[in-house]
Amino acid sequence: MIDLDFIIGHLNYWLFIVLMMTGLYIVVARGNLVKKIVGLNIFQTAVFMLYISIGKVTGGTAPIYPVDSQGHMQVDPSIIYSNPLPHVLILTAIVVGIATTSLALALTIRIREVYDTIEEEDILEIERKLSAEDNKIHGPAMGGRA
Amino acid sequence: MSAADSHYVAKTFMDHLPILQVVIPLISAPLIVFIGNRKLAWVIAMAASATAFVIACLLLAQVKDGSFISYHIGGWAPPLGIEYRIDALSAFVLMLISGIGTIVLPYAYTSVKTEIPKRQHVLFYALFMLCLTGLLGMVATGDAFNVFVFLEISSLSTYVLVAMGAGKDTRALTAAYDYLIMGTIGATFFVIGLGLLYMATGTLNMADLADRIANQGANRTVQAAFTFIVVGMGLKAAMYPLHHWLPNAYTYAPSAVTTFLGATATKAAIYVLLRFMFSVFNPGFYFEDWTLYLIFIPFSLLAMFAASFVAVFQTNLKRMLAFSSIAQIGYMLLGIAMLNATGLSASIVHLMNHGITKATLFMGVGAMVLYSGSAFFDNLNGLGRKMPLTGAAMVAAGLSLIGVPGTAGFISKWVLVQAAFENGWWIIAIAIMLSSLLAVIYVWRMFEVLYLTAPDEDCTATDPPLPMLIPMLILAFACIWFGFDTELTLGSARVAAEGLLAGSAGMAH
Repeated sequence: MIDLDFIIGHLNYWLFIVLMMTGLYIVVARGNLVKKIVGLNIFQTAVFMLYISIGKVTGGTAPIYPVDSQGHMQVDPSIIYSNPLPHVLILTAIVVGIATTSLALALTIRIREVYDTIEEEDILEIERKLSAEDNKIHGPAMGGRA
Repeated sequence: MSAADSHYVAKTFMDHLPILQVVIPLISAPLIVFIGNRKLAWVIAMAASATAFVIACLLLAQVKDGSFISYHIGGWAPPLGIEYRIDALSAFVLMLISGIGTIVLPYAYTSVKTEIPKRQHVLFYALFMLCLTGLLGMVATGDAFNVFVFLEISSLSTYVLVAMGAGKDTRALTAAYDYLIMGTIGATFFVIGLGLLYMATGTLNMADLADRIANQGANRTVQAAFTFIVVGMGLKAAMYPLHHWLPNAYTYAPSAVTTFLGATATKAAIYVLLRFMFSVFNPGFYFEDWTLYLIFIPFSLLAMFAASFVAVFQTNLKRMLAFSSIAQIGYMLLGIAMLNATGLSASIVHLMNHGITKATLFMGVGAMVLYSGSAFFDNLNGLGRKMPLTGAAMVAAGLSLIGVPGTAGFISKWVLVQAAFENGWWIIAIAIMLSSLLAVIYVWRMFEVLYLTAPDEDCTATDPPLPMLIPMLILAFACIWFGFDTELTLGSARVAAEGLLAGSAGMAH
């Protein structure tokens, strides 16, 4: 079942999976807040590419009907068109992705202003101290944080 | 599909209600920013969300008999056009979300003044309305991709709303960042699921999806889609192992935001889960039974016990309530996993009952924080005696959280236990009662701090101003009222549950 045709025939999925897992790995493994956002972006972009690649129809051309001089569409059923819907969907998802990225960067700037670092470990250390102070005043809480 | 044959034209104002439900709050958000006046911002937000609430009630009245409304946006018939679809379940959740939004706003007017810097007030109301729009849209739409768009509208505004707590505690920023990362991963998983579904079926309209999945049976693509959708939405709903964003976000967000989110955000995600698991994928989908029994039941039991247990050992009241929320979501998921009409009714009715209960409690905490400055137990000593009405509201809601007879919480737990017995799962029924005992412990800790300890000598706390007090009392009254009059809640929930269990047949045009 798994032969060369299968592997090449599903090339877009392999690429999608590699990119997606790379992105997700960066989000989990990297401690730098900006690098996490980069990872998140790669993760999202992988999904965009999955969508765009499934819109491709073999031999299909751009889904635009030609228009004659009166402005009527000339629909020719013999022409194969690519599926435009996934592209449209992904246009929306790209906008969402941009909004997410800009918001994440804005949050990172605010975090940098307050904590003076964007390394997760340092931030956790500072927060641990804050929690420890809280705990000293208000008594220990389960889960470390108060 | 009769809808495709006849050209659909919405003629009267009433026909346009499903879209007005979403569009009115949506338009109010830019309007608020454009006008830029703090007082007017509140008036516009209040007017828009009250209108949304009225619309939701009108919609529920129309579909309470089990029928549904299909609204075609721009007159484009589904499956090609985007459809808004209101049935008993969605109207019920719409009513909860818009109702909580409307009742939180008067509270927010006073609470926000003390917790958020002045120059951010206008933006706060705009974001609040955007969040409301997103949540309402997720519930109203009948188009799978539309769910994602509205999910992101609500999520993005939620991240900012949580971060607005930074004025009081800087940890709100990291809480918002964590929530953003996890929320985005969840939403992206959801989109991957939708992509796979589209690959397998070639459609995104929910009714059409349901149809085609039922016809082609289960295959690997559809199963993978199901997994991605459940995990993605589970993250947004704070399903037990995916709940990690919730405690910090709820603890550090401003009180009004915590109240609103605690009562609505996870509930909308549960709604989407229900909609996809039952209406889009059939309950008979063989892969799903397995998921429900082997994944949902252990995790919801874990949530009920582990989260309640952690809640017992908290020193911060707000954080304790956040952990209790995770436990309560466990009950809702357990009801879903029962896979019978009673269990589903229990989940749906618990959406509502827990929503109003938690909203009351978070409002009460917010009112006390006005005077104490923090929600730590040792700063709240004896405040229940100093603030009699606030304390009374919190007692009513606390009892409802435990599930004492005569409160709303009792109804949902009672129905849940009934559902367990219907399946012959008496061990589960015992587990529900045992975990309620944990709730007794943590709620008792709250009562002890509020009433049985002596207040500080120089404590000047009194009941909060009326705009904060009245919404709290209304909700507390609702906690009791829905414990006696179950006509609206349980009645609608039963109709909704039957619609869900009908599976894709319930989605037929």
